[in-house]
This record gives sequence, structure tokens and C-alpha cells, in this order.
Amino acid sequence: MAQAMSGAKMVVQALKDQGVEVVFGYPGGAVLPIYDEIFQQNDIRHILVRHEQGAVHAAEGYARSTGKPGVVLVTSGPGATNAVTGITDALLDSIPLVVLTGQVPTFMIGTDGFQEADTVGITRPCTKHNWLVKETDQLPKVIHEAFHVATSGRPGPVLIDIPKDVQFASGNYQGPREIGASHYKPKVKGDIATITQLVEAIENAERPVFYTGGGVINSGDAATQLLREIVDETGFPITSTLMGLGCYPASGKSWLGMLGMHGLYEANLAMHDCDLMINIGARFDDRITGRIADFSPNSIKAHIDIDPSSINKVIHVDMPIVGDVAHVLEDVLRVWKSRGRKVNKEGLAKWWAQIEDWKKVNCLDFKNSDKIIKPQYALQRLEELTKKHDRYITTEVGQHQMWAAQFLGFEDPNRWMTSGGLGTMGYGFPASIGVQLAHPDALVINVAGEASWLMNMQEMGTAVQYRLPVKQFILNNERLGMVRQWQELLHGERYSSSWSEALPDFVKLAEAFGAKGIICKDPADLDDAIMEMINYDGPVIFDCLVEKHENCFPMIPSGEPHNKMLLGEASTQDAIGSSGAVLV
Amino acid sequence: MSALSIKPGASRKSAYDLRDPNADLTETHTLTVLVDNEAGVLARVIGLFSGRGYNIESLTVAEVDHEGHRSRITIVTRGTPAVIEQIKAQLGRIVPVHEVHDLTVEGPSVERELALFKVVGAGDKRIEALRLAEIFRANVVDSTLESFTFEMTGTSEKIDAFAELMRPLGLDKTARTGIVALKRGPSL
Repeated sequence: MAQAMSGAKMVVQALKDQGVEVVFGYPGGAVLPIYDEIFQQNDIRHILVRHEQGAVHAAEGYARSTGKPGVVLVTSGPGATNAVTGITDALLDSIPLVVLTGQVPTFMIGTDGFQEADTVGITRPCTKHNWLVKETDQLPKVIHEAFHVATSGRPGPVLIDIPKDVQFASGNYQGPREIGASHYKPKVKGDIATITQLVEAIENAERPVFYTGGGVINSGDAATQLLREIVDETGFPITSTLMGLGCYPASGKSWLGMLGMHGLYEANLAMHDCDLMINIGARFDDRITGRIADFSPNSIKAHIDIDPSSINKVIHVDMPIVGDVAHVLEDVLRVWKSRGRKVNKEGLAKWWAQIEDWKKVNCLDFKNSDKIIKPQYALQRLEELTKKHDRYITTEVGQHQMWAAQFLGFEDPNRWMTSGGLGTMGYGFPASIGVQLAHPDALVINVAGEASWLMNMQEMGTAVQYRLPVKQFILNNERLGMVRQWQELLHGERYSSSWSEALPDFVKLAEAFGAKGIICKDPADLDDAIMEMINYDGPVIFDCLVEKHENCFPMIPSGEPHNKMLLGEASTQDAIGSSGAVLV
Repeated sequence: MSALSIKPGASRKSAYDLRDPNADLTETHTLTVLVDNEAGVLARVIGLFSGRGYNIESLTVAEVDHEGHRSRITIVTRGTPAVIEQIKAQLGRIVPVHEVHDLTVEGPSVERELALFKVVGAGDKRIEALRLAEIFRANVVDSTLESFTFEMTGTSEKIDAFAELMRPLGLDKTARTGIVALKRGPSL
């Protein structure tokens, strides 16, 4: 039944009908009517952030940790432009978001009105799709379609720009069921002939490896279950990208650890030497492949991806399967079982013996110290003291992020929120706020570097206002660690602008916001300090002073293939060749 | 070590050496794309090409189904076979895009372009221009004592050839639509 109501009321009604519980936002002139509607109801909770970028990252954390779309509400002009970094981040990591922006009234569009920006123009390349709604009657259809587009196929952020007069005007509201079916229906079932081909390859492979990514997690719990079944039943080794961590348990017997530029030696060597690579929901990112020409030269490659444009984009594959991970894995398992669950046992035994040899290299080894806290040691202790908790981890971007990926173990999906594709410093803190809102009783820790953390530190206000006990575990090396590492490797140790000067006193900063601050610089005190952080009921800034010039290893120098990894304190002089130097 | 001596094969446009240095074998393809006729749809298509560094040799767009709100975009593009495949896949994932067809691989198609030529001149040159126009079946759509405006429809090659002939005869201005194309036979 169509109901007459204002555009602003429609927005709130549509969000309710879509099952939205939390909206992250910041008010302003062009969204006042919507804020007025939010004020007059209690079904949807609005979380007031301190900066629009924070709203989007918080919504990403919420979405990534629940599997539900995140919702953001910001005003026109600067509200929208501030959101752009977060929207782009969500696009690169395929996070479903619905972003609502206010716009100047339709009759003022194009006049350079106050707080006017061409929001749909600006966000066209960084959303999966966007809409400018010029008529109130169109609003319900667009909002319901937006949720459908954001969550179907390869998920991503969508944006709806709503001029203020459209919010005030009255129109007919229709619920999701009254709106006709969308033409946007990505294919979810894989081609059965190719799936059968893949099963044959699984039966014969001597050196197989599962290369899994964020697509497994985006596909949902069924995909994770099916993946675990196929890995355990075939006994094939499995590695994951940064985005895929948690799709297979870190304690699982077939787990090789993360692959890629700072991935584990055994994972990268397995990728390089395999004869069958089964890519499930990953996209051959350049952090993974290293030098394309030498990428896994002797393998047959299968690629399961819901996005046809991911197929053959970077690496040519022999068995492309376009479809949803859960649907495709279900078919793979069914066909494989019906053909007698065969694998090449002899080949596999040799392959695992080879992998065990690689593991002996112990690539995450580091020189510990009893005088200064090594960042790796800090994460080892954090892992040990928190792994039994109902724990969610977010990170910022840089060395600490890679160390967290290496040293923390994830048993389940949706427990690890990090900015992978865009590499957005400032992501982790607001993301931890979104995660904590979705999981109020869980232990939510943002593993951060001090430089990244400062980029969105204003969100302390949000954490304190909503009593969100997020733990900010800052590995403080007073450096932009990853930049510094690259300058050491590539630019003759000329550390141009890569140190953090005039840092705040983090303990006092926490106190100024009404939170708890902890500082720790002695390895002997670390365990107690971490326990103090865990046990405090409220937000904590943990200032962990670590070794300043520690490098993150192992590392595939840019422009090199997987089998040319740098390990530990290996010689870093001229490690990156001139053709690698232009890469990022 | 010179950090910025870029080796042959590395691309200066992109930070990534993604392109096969041996694949200079680019091809021209004509793509026809059926889209919802909604605000910004052309910007999405053009933005895709500029954002990902693909070439557009020609592009035409117009509404073809008013009731159904559909427009057809015809794009002529150049790239290696892998890039052409990627362009099609990228076009296909734009939400208001309904169909993407590669007429170059999907069998015989008709391709036509419309052009207008203003030729200014007097005396023999003027007579010769009119004579050639008749041979090429160009129509005179405007005329003054010093000029003709010819309208011509045909393949791009035919239009190129006519333009070449008009140049010494006083070709002053040219306007071309770019290619529109449809697959031959009963259905697309």
C-alpha cells in the first residue's frame, strides 16, 4: 500500500524496512529534514561521528563484522567530499555500504550554492552505483534498489544524493515488496562444465594450493563452511590474502598463513611452485602476484569470482568460473564426491614434505630483545593474551598491519577488518567503533601505528560518547614505519618526512577525552599492561613504545617474483631493482 | 642506482608492469552497449574508459526505445585482445548496462557513419566538387553561391575517401557522427 509522506520520512521508513539498526552520520544543512525524522523515532540508532570519513570507516567495520550493509548519512558539499576516501576504500575491498548524502535543493543545483558539490559526479568512479533523486516519488524505489545493488553480486558502496526540497516534498512511499524486481541480477551459479574440469584437476594435481580471498568472506557463512570442508577433505594446502584471513582457521592443519608481499615464505613458495592453483574469491592483486611474468609459472589456474571483470584482468587463467563462491563450491564438492573423492595421495604427500621443509625456514623469526619491545613480540603477546576472547581486530595501514596479519591468528571470518585495496591510513580506529557497536560485548582491538592513528583520532569523542570500549593498541615507533622501510631499501636511507615529530602524550590525550591511557616501554611490563587494557571497561589508548627501526619481513621486493623473498635481516642493499623502483 | 630508469615494457602510465611488452598487436573492435537512458549513464561509460586508460576511437549515443528508456551506445575502441575482453567485462558490470555485444567478433555487422562537409570554392573546383559528390552519392543539403554543404552516409573508409578528395577543392569544415552499427541478420 502506497502511503503519502515526506521524502525525509521515506528515507527513515525505507531504512527500517531494509532492517537497518544503526546509521553513522554527521548532520548539516542539506540533511536537516532527515535528522528531524531520526529524532522522532527510536528504531534506528544514529551514531554521531566526529568527521564524515570516520562515519564511512565505522560503517565499513560494522558491515565487515556482521555481513550486513553499513549505512552512512552525511550532508552536502564537504560532508560528501569527506566521505569519498571511505567510499573508495569500501569499493576496493568490496564492502556493502549505502551512503545517503544531502544536496542543495533541485532548483539550486548548478548555481554553486552554499555547500554544493557535484556529489554524484565526484563519487561516480568510487561507488558501485549512485543516484541523484530529483523527485520524491522516486525515492523509495531508489533506496530499495540501492540496498539490492550494494549487497548483490560483488558487494560495494552505493550513494544516494537527495536534494533538500525532495526531502521536504510529499510523495507516495512503497515498501521493498511493492517495488518490482531489479534488472540487476549477477550470475551466482558457475558453469558446470568448467567446474567438472576443475574437479578433474583436483583429482590429479600433485602440488595443489587453494589461494583464497575476501570473496569467500563476502559470500557468507555457507561459503566458509564449504571451503573448510573442501580443504579438509582434499588435504590441499590453503593460503589467504590479507582480505581473506579467517575464511580458514589459522589453527587448521592445512593452513599456510597469508601470502603476498609480506606473506609467509611457505605460502609464497607454494604459490610459485604449485601445479594447480585454485583461486577462490581473490583477484590477483599486485601485492600478491609480484612480477607478473614470473607468477606461478608452471601451474594450471582456476579462478572462482562473482565479478566477470576480475577474470583474466591481471593473470590469465585456464579455468574461469564466474559465480558466487558458495554456489560454486557446493557444485565442486558435489561433483568431486560423486566421482569418488579422489586425490593424488602420493603427489600430495611429497608436496606436503616440501612445504614442511619451507616451514623450517621459520620466516617470521625475529631478534627479540629484553630491553626494548619489538613490535612482533608485542603482537605475539597480544595474540597469546586475547585469542581466547570473543575478539575482533581492526588495523590501520603500514608495518603494524602486516605484523598483525602475520602474528595474529583468525579462526573465523568477519573477525579481521583492515584496509586492503586502498590502504587507507586512519581506517582502523573508526572501523573499531563500527565493530564494537555491532558486537557490544566483544573485545575489539585496533592494532595501529601512531601516525595512522592520528589521522582519525577525533573519533575518540565518538568512542567515549557511546561508551564503546574499543582498545587502541598503538605500536609507536615514532616513524611512518613502512615509508621508512622503503626509504631504507630504495632511497639510500634518506628518511624524507617519515618520522613522527611532536607526537602527543597518548596517556594525557586519552585522559583529555575521558578515556584510559596506558604507556608501556619495557618488555617485562608488557603482559600486565595488555591485561590492564583488556580488563578496563571503556576505551583505552595503549601507547606501546617499540623498536624504531624494525623492518617488516619477509618481503617480496617490488618487481620480484615469489621465490625471491627477503628474509629477516637479509641484505637489503639494492634489494629493489630499477624496474621495481617505479612500483609502489 | 637510478631509480627512475624505466625498462622497456614497463608502462609509464601505470605503476604496474601489467602489459605484455610483446603484445603490440592491438585490434579495433566495435562494441554496442544497450543502457538505461538515465542521467549520467554516458558519464559512467566514458569515465570507465578514461579511468582505466582505454582508448575511444569513436562513440555515439542516442535513445533508441523511448517507452523502455533505453539508449544504444556504439563504441569503437582499440586494444590488445586481453584489453578488449577486459573492456567488455568492465562495461558489463556497470549497473544500468543491459547488454554488451562485440560486433567485431559476433559475426557480420553493418557499420555506418554520417558526415557533413562544407566545401567553399568557385569555378571549376565548385563544379568538380559537385560531380564527385554525385559519384559518392552525397546529398547537397545547403548551398550558397560560394559553397556547398554535402551530407553523406557510409562506411568510415568511404567518408575518409570523400574528405580526401574534397580537401583540394575547398573543404572548409567537417562534422562526423562516429560509427553506429548493428549485427546483420534477424536478431542481435
